Amino acid sequence: MKMLLKNREMLLVVAILVLVGVIALRFPGFVALRNLVNVYNDTSILIILALGQMAVILTRCIDLSMAANLALCGMVAGLINLAMPGLPIPAVVLAVILLGAFLGAINGLLVWKLDIPPIVVTLGTLTIYRGMIFLLTNGAWINAHQMSDAFKSLPRGVVAGLPVLSWLSLIMIAIMLVVMKRTPLGRAFFAVGGNPHAAVYTGIDVGRTRFLAYCLAGALAGLSGYLWVSRYAVAYVDIAIGFELDIIAACVIGGISIAGGIGSVPGAVLGALFLGVIKNALPVVNISPFAQMAISGAVIIVAVAVNARAERRKGRVILKKAEAI
Amino acid sequence: MSDAQMAARHIPDRLEGPAARFVKSWESLLLVVAVLVFTVNSFASPYFLDPWNLSDATFNFTEKAMIAFAMALVIVSGEIDLSVAAIVALASTAMGYAMQLGFDTPVLVAVGLGAGLACGVVNGLLVTGLGLPSIVVTIGTMSLFRGLSFLILGDKAFTGYPESFSWFGQGYVWWVFSFELCLFAALALLYGVILHKTNFGRAVYAIGNNQTAALFSGIRVGRVKFVLFMMTGLMAGLASICLTARLGSTRPSIALGWELEVVTMVVLGGVSILGGSGSIPGVVLAALIMGMVTFGFGLLNVPGIVMSIFIGLLLIAVIGLPIVYRRVRAR
Repeated sequence: MKMLLKNREMLLVVAILVLVGVIALRFPGFVALRNLVNVYNDTSILIILALGQMAVILTRCIDLSMAANLALCGMVAGLINLAMPGLPIPAVVLAVILLGAFLGAINGLLVWKLDIPPIVVTLGTLTIYRGMIFLLTNGAWINAHQMSDAFKSLPRGVVAGLPVLSWLSLIMIAIMLVVMKRTPLGRAFFAVGGNPHAAVYTGIDVGRTRFLAYCLAGALAGLSGYLWVSRYAVAYVDIAIGFELDIIAACVIGGISIAGGIGSVPGAVLGALFLGVIKNALPVVNISPFAQMAISGAVIIVAVAVNARAERRKGRVILKKAEAI
Repeated sequence: MSDAQMAARHIPDRLEGPAARFVKSWESLLLVVAVLVFTVNSFASPYFLDPWNLSDATFNFTEKAMIAFAMALVIVSGEIDLSVAAIVALASTAMGYAMQLGFDTPVLVAVGLGAGLACGVVNGLLVTGLGLPSIVVTIGTMSLFRGLSFLILGDKAFTGYPESFSWFGQGYVWWVFSFELCLFAALALLYGVILHKTNFGRAVYAIGNNQTAALFSGIRVGRVKFVLFMMTGLMAGLASICLTARLGSTRPSIALGWELEVVTMVVLGGVSILGGSGSIPGVVLAALIMGMVTFGFGLLNVPGIVMSIFIGLLLIAVIGLPIVYRRVRAR
């Protein structure tokens, strides 16, 4: 039992189960398989984004521009569809993934080549990317009736009982699991975040690794952009505004240390699911949806406090900076 | 990023004179930019050089600058507070709530300042008491504080503030000098003195440069940081009073995205985001530049979101260009 409690992912699983259990006590309908599938499907986009943010945070960076990147890519996907309704959807998706990766690469290059602190870079590109949407469209919306049916129906299609959107997030989780556990790049993410100086001596290019993390996050944001726009069947300047905080919240709740080097794919996924369950449960238990923001804020703070204690106990870092007294 | 910082800290053979240092300083560069922006603006629009128009323009930055002064100290000490805009919203909501209970202006002001201070205390306790990283804590409290005002207000708004209250946002002390502008000037002076002329200010620099060394030289690091977060909360409360009085209403989305503009203002003012350096005159100039650029664009009918692109580019450019310049010169 103690072993289980020490494991952060297990702790989160328990927390989510308790949460779902409490809700189920009063509203048994919530635990119906149909509904749980819906909750997962609803959280899929957040999961995909959290995976990208995880890679960035692992390398001691942060990407505040993910939601703006998502919005820009989503709008571009909509515009491509508007201009060429006949273009096959996979081509559109590929295009926005590349665009997302390119936008991520801009962040990465500024961090890598100019040594600008990541938070400053992404604060800047956050406003720039969102502003670009306005420049592209002059503030116009793309509505459901302007999108082709194929464009809207892809994430909704059901394969083997699960919507394609859910499948896509499962595939992304699988890919990220392999990348993090089985490739030099995945190990490099951890090494760079754990100790950048040591990483240099083992032959890892710290800047390049960070650059690749940003590209990865950007590509996932691009994919999410298409998914978001096609799922909600609308694109405008302000879609997903403020969502960057939800993404970071998911990572923090999932035990990814903001100081870099600590974290896991299951953690990021569970963190996102935790937020997803809360978001979907609020209307069920009849709490005002306006409470969601305050609750996720409180959850973030508790999660940070819990994680910080867990990290301190390990005593992994020697010669650490003096604690503020 | 620490490598680049390390390399820059060499010891020169002899110190430059004060004049040479001023010419090469970030502040003098900002001064040139400010004069340039002012000149371009006055040529671009015939309406720019009107005292009343210029006075109106100051409302673009005075409230944000109040927060930016306190934020500058926080960033110099190596921390950051991303919850300031949310504090503005929560303080405004608290004032609206008090107004609905029938309280008058003095109480509303006290409630606004008190709410801001309380939020600052929460941040300070979490960062110094529990030793958590400020960037995550304040992302959390940002969501919590604004979430609370969403919870209280939902999709409604508080309106109908008393006449005397609106003076804080719309009143003029003398001729074109608004209350907000005078407050801005007074606070600039106050924070300049605090940061540059007091022991407390030295302690802030010391902590930002090397927290461990500061601790060993007898500076109460935790207490200084706690005070800084409290001050930031208080300033956000003050800005909230001015903003609420100016708009005459409270919505939960009030001051949305201000944290980015405030941080941009501070960083543009030459405060290193890594802590340890920066000055209040720089922040004042940055506030003027941002205000003038926004106002000039406004006169030319440029939409707000295009201005935000410009601000974003400005933020990256002002930090990136000196680094590029240093690299090129080092070769």
